[in-house]
Amino acid sequence: MSILVNKNTKVLCQGFTGKQGTFHSEQALAYGTKMVGGVTPGKGGQLHLGLPVFNTMRDAVRDTQANASVIYVPPAFAADSILEASDAGIELIICITEGIPVLDMLNVKAALKANGTKLIGPNCPGIITPDECKIGIMPGSIHLRGKVGVVSRSGTLTYEAVHQTTALGLGQTTCVGIGGDPIKGLNFIECLTMFEADPETEAIIMVGEIGGSDEEAAAEFIKSHVTKPVAAYIAGQTAPAGKRMGHAGAIISGGSGKAVDKIRALERAGAVVASSPAGLGEAVLEAIKANKKVA
Amino acid sequence: MNLHEYQAKTLLQKYNIPVPRGQVISVAKQTSAVTSEIDSQAWVVKAQVHAGGRGKAGGVKVVKSPKEAQTVASELLGKTLVTYQNAPDGQPVNQVLIEETLPIARELYLSMLVDRTLERVVVVASVAGGMDIEEIAHTSPEKILQEVCDPLNGLVDFQARNLAFKLALSGEQIGAFSKILKGLYRLFKENDLALLEINPLVVTTDCKLFALDCKMSIDDNALYRQKALAEQRDWSQEDSKEAIAHHAGLNYIALNGNIGCMVNGAGLAMATMDLIKLHGGAPANFLDVGGGATAETVTKAFKIILEDHNVKAILVNIFGGIMRCDIIAEGIITAVKEVGMTIPVVVRLEGTNVELGKQMLRESGLNIISAENLTDAAKQAVNSVKGQAV
Repeated sequence: MSILVNKNTKVLCQGFTGKQGTFHSEQALAYGTKMVGGVTPGKGGQLHLGLPVFNTMRDAVRDTQANASVIYVPPAFAADSILEASDAGIELIICITEGIPVLDMLNVKAALKANGTKLIGPNCPGIITPDECKIGIMPGSIHLRGKVGVVSRSGTLTYEAVHQTTALGLGQTTCVGIGGDPIKGLNFIECLTMFEADPETEAIIMVGEIGGSDEEAAAEFIKSHVTKPVAAYIAGQTAPAGKRMGHAGAIISGGSGKAVDKIRALERAGAVVASSPAGLGEAVLEAIKANKKVA
Repeated sequence: MNLHEYQAKTLLQKYNIPVPRGQVISVAKQTSAVTSEIDSQAWVVKAQVHAGGRGKAGGVKVVKSPKEAQTVASELLGKTLVTYQNAPDGQPVNQVLIEETLPIARELYLSMLVDRTLERVVVVASVAGGMDIEEIAHTSPEKILQEVCDPLNGLVDFQARNLAFKLALSGEQIGAFSKILKGLYRLFKENDLALLEINPLVVTTDCKLFALDCKMSIDDNALYRQKALAEQRDWSQEDSKEAIAHHAGLNYIALNGNIGCMVNGAGLAMATMDLIKLHGGAPANFLDVGGGATAETVTKAFKIILEDHNVKAILVNIFGGIMRCDIIAEGIITAVKEVGMTIPVVVRLEGTNVELGKQMLRESGLNIISAENLTDAAKQAVNSVKGQAV
C-alpha cells in the first residue's frame, strides 16, 4: 500500500511539450510511472516521447482515462491549467509551478472544493511512491521502498529526509511535497490522515517551516488522531521576522508563524523534533522506539 | 512589494476613498508651494519610508506654520529614519508627504488580507484605531472584528453594515463606511494586494471618514500583471544586496552574521542557516539559488555574498536532485576562480555522482573544503571563522 499514487495511477502532463514538461516526463517514464499522454494547446494529434498530445484536458481524459495530472506551465497560466484538469474529472492534480498569484489560488481552491478534486502544491516537488509512481521533479534514485511516510513543505528538505531514511534502510511508502505557498492543496492534516490509515506506513516524517499555523494545527491533530510515531523538523529558526524566506508562504508576520512555536506544539503532541535536518533519520528511529514502548 | 504611503493614497483616491489633501515632495524648498496650495490650520509632515513606527521615531510631525513645515521637511529629507521595525539600519527618507490636518473625533482600524487558514480575503476592523493592532489582538481580542469574504460574492453590504454598527458608526457614516469598504475590496482584488491597512481610519468632528494613514503590499507573484505598480517599487528602501540579487533572479535576504550561505531550495537554505547557528556560528544571509544551479548562477551568487564585507567564509550546500553533482562542482570551481575567492569555501554536495563531484573539488587546488555531510559542513564553516569577530 501507499497513499494517493501507485503503479496503476495514469498520469497526464500539462505543459507536456515544454522544456520542463519534456525533461521531467522523460524522467518519470524512465522511473516506471504510467504516463499516458499530455496536453499542449495547439499541438493535439502529435506524438511526444511516444505518447499522444492533446489540445484539451477533456480530450485527453476521454481518450486515456487518466486519473492524475502534473502541471509544468508558467505561473500566469497555471491556475487555468488546474481548473481545466479539475473540470475534466482528474482526481489528483500535482502543480509544480512556482509563482501563482495568491488571489488566483483562492478562486481555484473554491472550485476544487466544489468538484471534489485533490491538489498537491503549487510550488512543490510533487509526489512519489517508490518503485511505482514518480510525479514531479524529485530525484528518483535516492528513494527506497519502505515504511516511512514523508510530508513536507520544502522540496530539498524532503530529499534530505528521503536520503537519510534510505541510508538507514527504513525506506518510504509515499513522499508528498505539499509546497511552499500560503494557499495550497493538500495540507499536513490530510496527509497525516492518509498515512495513519495506510497499513504499510509505520512511521511519519513531517517537515515544516516558518509561516502560517499549519504545523500547530497538525500538532493538535497528531495529539488526538495519530497513533503512529512522528518525527519532525521545522526550518527557519534563525529567520528574521517580516521577510519572505524564498517560499511565498515562509514569512513570520505579526508575531505568528515562528519556528519555536511550531516546534513546541509538535513536541507537546509527542513528535520527536530534530534540531537539524541532518537528524531526521535518527529522530524517526527514536520516534519508532518510543512509540513501541508506549504500545 | 511594499508601496509608500503616498503611493497607496493615490491608489485610494482612484477608488474614491477619501484621504486628507496632501502632496509629496522630495526637495524641502517645494514645501511653501504645498502649504500655500493646501490651506489648513496646521500641516503634518510625514517621512516616506517602508516601515511602521514612524511617529515614535520622529518621522511624522505636526507643524503650525509654512516656515516650520519647511524646517521639518529639510530635517527629514535625506535623513535615515530608524524605527523599531527597520532597526538597526533604518531606511532613507527621499520624500516627505505634506498633508492638511483634520479635526479628529475618533480613530478606527481597518485592514484586508488573505487568511491562509480560511483561504479567503478577510476584513479586520477595530474601534481601537491608531494603535498597534497586534497588541490589541493580544490584550483585548474582543475589540477585533472580522468579516470573511466569499470569493464568489465578494464583500457584500450586510457585512459592511455588521462592521459599521459594531464600530458604533451612525447616520450617514454607515453608508460612507460601506462605500469605502466596497471600494477597498475592489482595490484589493484588482491590484493583487497581499495586505491593505488603514490605521487609523478617522471620523472627523463633522462626521466624515478619512483614511489618515495607509499601508499596502502587493503579492510579488502577481507583479507580472501589475506592471504599473511594479514600476513604483522604491529600491532605496530595500537592502542594496537584496536588490542586486532580485535583479539576478536570486532569492537573497541579508542577515548580520559572517558565514555566507549558498543553498538550493528555500527550505534547505533556512535549514542551513539554522545549522550554522546550532553549531555556534552566525549566518550572513539566506540565499536560494533555485533548482538549476549552473556555473553562471553560482558565480552571481558568490559575487552577491562577497558584497557583504562581514562575510569571512562561505558555506555551499547543494542537494543535487536531478542535477548531477559533477556539473555543480564544475560550476563552483569556475565561479571560485572567476571571482578570485580569498576566503574559505566549504562545500557540501549530495545527489547523483556525488563522489566525482567531491573529487573534483578536492583536486581543484583552490581554497575549497569538501564536507562529508550536512553537520560536517556547518562545523567546518563555523571552525573556519573561529576567533574572528561577528
